[in-house]
Amino acid sequence: MCGIVGLLVRNPKMRDSIGELMLPMLIGMTERGPDSAGLAMFGPSVAANERKFSLYSGTADFNWTKLGHDFEKHLSIKAKVEPKVNHAVLTTTLEPDTVKIWLKEHYPQLHLLSVGQLMDIYKDVGTPAQVADRYDFKNFKGTHLVGHTRMATESAITPAHAHPFTAGEDWCLVHNGSLSNANSLRRKLQYEGIEFETDNDTEAACRFLQWRMREGDDLETALNHGFEELDGFYTLLMGTSNQLALVRDPFGCKPAIIAEHDDYVAIASEFRSLAHLPDIKNAKVFEPSPKEMYVWKL
Amino acid sequence: METLKFDLDAKPLREVNQFLHGDASLLDGKSVVIENPNGAHNIAVGLKSDVHVTIKGHAGYYAAGMNQLAKVTIEGSAGSGVAENMMSGVVHVKGFASNAAAATANGGLLVIDGDAGLRTAIALKGADVVVGGSVGSFSAFMAQAGNLVILGDAGEGLGDSIYEAKIFVRGTVKSLGADCEEKTTSQEDRKILADLLAKAGHSDVNPDSFKQYGSARTLYHFHVDNAGAY
Repeated sequence: MCGIVGLLVRNPKMRDSIGELMLPMLIGMTERGPDSAGLAMFGPSVAANERKFSLYSGTADFNWTKLGHDFEKHLSIKAKVEPKVNHAVLTTTLEPDTVKIWLKEHYPQLHLLSVGQLMDIYKDVGTPAQVADRYDFKNFKGTHLVGHTRMATESAITPAHAHPFTAGEDWCLVHNGSLSNANSLRRKLQYEGIEFETDNDTEAACRFLQWRMREGDDLETALNHGFEELDGFYTLLMGTSNQLALVRDPFGCKPAIIAEHDDYVAIASEFRSLAHLPDIKNAKVFEPSPKEMYVWKL
Repeated sequence: METLKFDLDAKPLREVNQFLHGDASLLDGKSVVIENPNGAHNIAVGLKSDVHVTIKGHAGYYAAGMNQLAKVTIEGSAGSGVAENMMSGVVHVKGFASNAAAATANGGLLVIDGDAGLRTAIALKGADVVVGGSVGSFSAFMAQAGNLVILGDAGEGLGDSIYEAKIFVRGTVKSLGADCEEKTTSQEDRKILADLLAKAGHSDVNPDSFKQYGSARTLYHFHVDNAGAY
């Protein structure tokens, strides 16, 4: 089991309270995923020439100030580091490849969770309420988000194994389900030069879509290839710079429910997580069909 | 009739269900309203008296599961396994129902006004199910007895490996499962269908607009040519 939640706020006036709207959604999925939780938040964009890098240190006593100083000293370029417990968002104009190489060389213990202009990722072990509290999810502001609560069934319980996973800038994915051919997918993709960070089955699905999009597929074509090659059960929820997308496996083994309202679109594994959204009574609530792609744009 | 109200925002579901499991002589004929169900699982499961329960909103998994005698109305949608293993009584879902509605149900009537998900009436053992909308794939899989009436369409693999249950579909069937075939509707079956349509509030629907499906009976009888397979 696992829980997924997604929220895209259509009403600009409600975007400053997206964190507050989301919190009961994430906590509502605690029974489906009590061991870890994660959130990809699409917030205000950095400047056109900048990118932000979501970093995870593993320990709360990590010296983020020193990292900022080292970065600026070694690379002679400005960087803003905004720490939040054992996560930090580093903003710079430097090319992602250069940043990645520098991080690997000087701070190999850090995990790079995401790169983009809009998206920050936070993920950690603990109940959804604990993780949300640790990173102050309640006060997040933005346009849309993708969240996950995990009940690990196939790989270790670590922050790195928690969802969301990313496959490109401002692109993330969460998964409820299990894949039976994750290992063979991983071997195939490694042969194609795709790098993996964990042995998690969701990461295999994520890297598969990354590979398809690298080969020129748009998201829909990539997902159609996914229906052919991903063997197992899944509801996948994806977030990009301006949209949320959802698919369920052809056997509809894993649940999802959608509420479309003039003010927002909310997605969750179960209605429990949608019940407390404002004016939910007037939302169009429905269950997505298996093997169909649903997309909501900002 | 006396009506009792429970608010699930204020009272734990376990206490509400324990109340509904009380002495039948005290519950028979009573009306119970459950407010703020908010998708909770297991609402009104295991009822065994002639009590009328109205759930004012969306129910989670297994709502009215194992029902006996009671009449349960869900004013919103129902999660997976609504009325699973029902023995008798009536369960009415005014919205849509998720997967495996009425799975293994032995008796009683499940009415779903909207669509139903995959595996509706899987392993049905004698209950009647009327779906106002469409059903997902693999519905009536290995259904042994009872009737499944679908006013809309059916997905893939309808009635796969079916035994003696009867399926009536007014819309289109994406595909039939193994050993499921179209049947000619007898006068007796037409009456079963007409009665079910009336009970489910669809008296205006013409029973002659349905096609009937059932078992070709090639899978479940022992066939000597297959002896080597055992």
